[in-house]
Amino acid sequence: MAKVPITLTVNGQTTTKDVEPRTLLVHHLREALYLTGTHVGCDTSQCGACTVHVDGEAVKSCTMFAVQVGGSSVTTIEGIGEIGHLHPLQQGFWEMHGAQCGYCTPGMIMSAADLLQHTPNPSEDQIRHGLEGNFCRCTGYHNIIRAVQHAAQHMSPQRELAQAADD
Amino acid sequence: MTEKYFGKAMKRVEDPRFITGAGNYTDDISVLGMVHAAMVRSPYAHATIKSIDSSAALALPGVLAVLVGKDLVDAGINPIPTGWLLPDLKISAHHAIQPHEVNHVGDIVAVVIAESRAIAEDAVAIVEVEYEALECVVLGSAALAEGAVQVHPEAPGNLAFDWAIGDAAAVDAEFAKADRIVKLQLRNHRLVPNAIETRASLAEYRRAGDEYTLHTTSQNPHIHRVMLGAFIMGIPEHKLRIVSPDVGGGFGSKIFQYPEEVICLFAAKRLNKPVKWTARRSEAFISDAQGRDHETVAEAAVMNDGTLLALRVDTIANMGAYLTTFAPAVPTYLYGTLLNGTYKWKAIHAHVRGAYTNTVGVDAYRGAGRPEATYVVERMVSTVALELGLDPVDVRRKNFIQPSEFPYQTPVALVYDSGNYEPALDMALEKLGYKDLRAKQAEMRKAGKYIGIGVSTYVEACGLAPSALVGQLGAQAGQWESALIRVAASGKVEVLTGSHSHGQGHETAFAQVVADELQIPVEDIAIVHGDTARLPHGWGSYGSRSAPVGVSAIKMAANKINDKAKRIAAHLLEAAPEDVVHENGVFHVAGVPEASKSFFDVSLMAHLAHNYPADLEPGLEATHFYDPKNFVYPFGTHLAVVEVDGATGKTKLIRYVCVDDCGPIINPLIVEGQVHGGVAQGMGQALLENAVYDESGNMTSGTYMDYAMPRADDMVQLEIGHTVTPSPHNPLGLKGIGESGTISSTAAVANAVIDALAPFNVRHLDMPFTPEKVWRAMHSAKLAEAADD
Ligand code: FES
Ligand code: FES
Repeated sequence: MAKVPITLTVNGQTTTKDVEPRTLLVHHLREALYLTGTHVGCDTSQCGACTVHVDGEAVKSCTMFAVQVGGSSVTTIEGIGEIGHLHPLQQGFWEMHGAQCGYCTPGMIMSAADLLQHTPNPSEDQIRHGLEGNFCRCTGYHNIIRAVQHAAQHMSPQRELAQAADD
Repeated sequence: MTEKYFGKAMKRVEDPRFITGAGNYTDDISVLGMVHAAMVRSPYAHATIKSIDSSAALALPGVLAVLVGKDLVDAGINPIPTGWLLPDLKISAHHAIQPHEVNHVGDIVAVVIAESRAIAEDAVAIVEVEYEALECVVLGSAALAEGAVQVHPEAPGNLAFDWAIGDAAAVDAEFAKADRIVKLQLRNHRLVPNAIETRASLAEYRRAGDEYTLHTTSQNPHIHRVMLGAFIMGIPEHKLRIVSPDVGGGFGSKIFQYPEEVICLFAAKRLNKPVKWTARRSEAFISDAQGRDHETVAEAAVMNDGTLLALRVDTIANMGAYLTTFAPAVPTYLYGTLLNGTYKWKAIHAHVRGAYTNTVGVDAYRGAGRPEATYVVERMVSTVALELGLDPVDVRRKNFIQPSEFPYQTPVALVYDSGNYEPALDMALEKLGYKDLRAKQAEMRKAGKYIGIGVSTYVEACGLAPSALVGQLGAQAGQWESALIRVAASGKVEVLTGSHSHGQGHETAFAQVVADELQIPVEDIAIVHGDTARLPHGWGSYGSRSAPVGVSAIKMAANKINDKAKRIAAHLLEAAPEDVVHENGVFHVAGVPEASKSFFDVSLMAHLAHNYPADLEPGLEATHFYDPKNFVYPFGTHLAVVEVDGATGKTKLIRYVCVDDCGPIINPLIVEGQVHGGVAQGMGQALLENAVYDESGNMTSGTYMDYAMPRADDMVQLEIGHTVTPSPHNPLGLKGIGESGTISSTAAVANAVIDALAPFNVRHLDMPFTPEKVWRAMHSAKLAEAADD
């Protein structure tokens, strides 16, 4: 199949690769860019394991072709934090034992990050509702809820500080 | 004082990789020259294969090969064996690629190997297979009925086995004495395990040494090495390395030997290229071993005061099309033996028939037989209470085995090691506020609102053992576990364990135990698992065996390290070993703590052997193979509260309280995590999940759009407590906790729903409690009236 070039900025790095038009974004990330932190858990867009951010919004990367996001900026789990500089959600998942097998975890974190962007102090119900698109088979969601709450608590003061600085 | 790690809610050491996307799952691994496999699967539940034409597929650019069943048979590849043999078991050959006949939708008839997965999948669509469709049967009882379609010629009447346990005459005698006989007909429907990571394999073959390496999603890599190497493919075990890297959940479904590993290994040698296969979710639904699927009639003989006398159980277990690795054990030794529950039944008899059907094979799924048994017992006890007008808590309490009665011989073979059931029950009732909630329930009913409280006071049997016993019962495997502790010159420690972690946090919990035993910082310890090239033989993780068996092996190996370390330290301290004590992280002569040797001093000298006891081997390494004396028996009380919407029939879990006793807790964070996940899976069965086959054997719930797994908004935050009753027969008193949640919660939630429906005279409904089913039950009186008009 004829390939077409696409240029993407992924986790701050811009690369151009030739892809088959039918390549899903998730496969492009995993197989062409070796960013295997984004997982695949289904083939019907139901599990959320593949969640990444495209231009700041959470999307299921199995529902998009790589060619659809040409020119966009993509953030994956590898891009939101690292050991030593963890994202508050990564820290929350660690502190609260929000990951067991870890397979759903990157997608959960990326979905939760989107939730907290729109709802900085979510209620338990809002968290449950916000993560409805992500399956976890290991945790019963109990500690995932606590992880998100932990992150929300640790993020809001930072935000307030940032805002105060802006004012 | 050195820090004590046992009992600490330590953050997990495996998490940094998982939260940063650095986990290393099978499908994340790519190697040079790798090609891809895609399976051609039968769309028929039962058919003969007339012909396969792969010419169009082979003509597609990028397609390298299409292999069929005959290719494997001609090369001497054997069928996949069953790993648990019952007397007079009827086994039908299960070939990795079926050469002549397919027996369920999803059975493999060919494999395409191509340069990319996409090309391989394109080619699958154009492999022309001509089938002659045969009649099929999907329900266990239908398969055993007169005149049913024959699935396999080897099993007349589709009867795979006919098994019984207990004293039928003693049961009859108790039934004759009873005030009342309570009967229940129960369907424990089929489930799909659905680990979020699908199965995957990457097979590599090296011509230089005629050696294979298989990366695969496994809970027990050595079991695969034995089965693939010795039984199926004739590869010497020392030429076959199985690596099970990070695994995204198992729940039993990754114990078994599946066809795809055989196919990938075979193709890797045939093509002399690494071959990768990763299941799509839609494939997982029709190829991962499934769970449960019982049809049961149970009768209890009881007295009017609630005394339980005897239990008689007759079960048809749907085994699917093939007897997979441990399948025959699940509805027999893991089910019939647990029908005693926590009660003092005077007699029990269970009769189980295994039925072949044209469905995916059924094997161990989280709990494996024990959730099915607990469902029967706990539903029965609650039904007894309902019929006698007694409180379900009182009936349980009245019949509990008492703490003084352990070890307790049940009428169905097991000897419970230890237990103390009432404190767990009391703690759970207290947490829930049971009495007040009952009063509130009565008030709410007056207002037309329906909540239900479900009770399940379970016991389970885990850490199957000893090996000689399970061998007598038919296991073709040992049930011990291995540990190898290797101390480096610098005092850093590698612990190689045969237990496999696929979410259970072994890398943390096991290290906590070793840190205490060796009195060293936990950071100095690495837990290694999942690679047959590094580990001594081990049997892997299933049946909640990692803590009671795997950790016990580690504890025993640590004892050996300490014994040797003490001798080395004694030499360095110029003292007799019996005078040396090991405390606060150092070795010193008793009463002389000023002169001491550290673990590092000892490790270094063990390697240098410069100043060293003459009669001692250098090095500091110890192996222990631990074979337990008995199973362990965790127990507890689970209380579920549901609310049923009278207008829609929708059932919502609103509270869940559980108090579990798994003996001493290594890491409460991890133990509670296991309970959370287990409860979600058990409640999922009660309210949501159902693997549905249509009459033609198509799975109609074969995607995540149709198979309802619990999502975040289906669950509540659990209210958890613990009691601690150690096992008397393993060195740390540990019991398992991986399956308790699932074992107990299905029954607790089911009992809650039936309790909510009491005002509607509902005595029993089969799971899952979908809104329509519940609504119909609530309106059945009205519906019947309407029908009469
Ligand atoms: S892989 Fe994208 S939603 Fe499941
Ligand atoms: S941690 Fe295993 S699926 Fe969520």
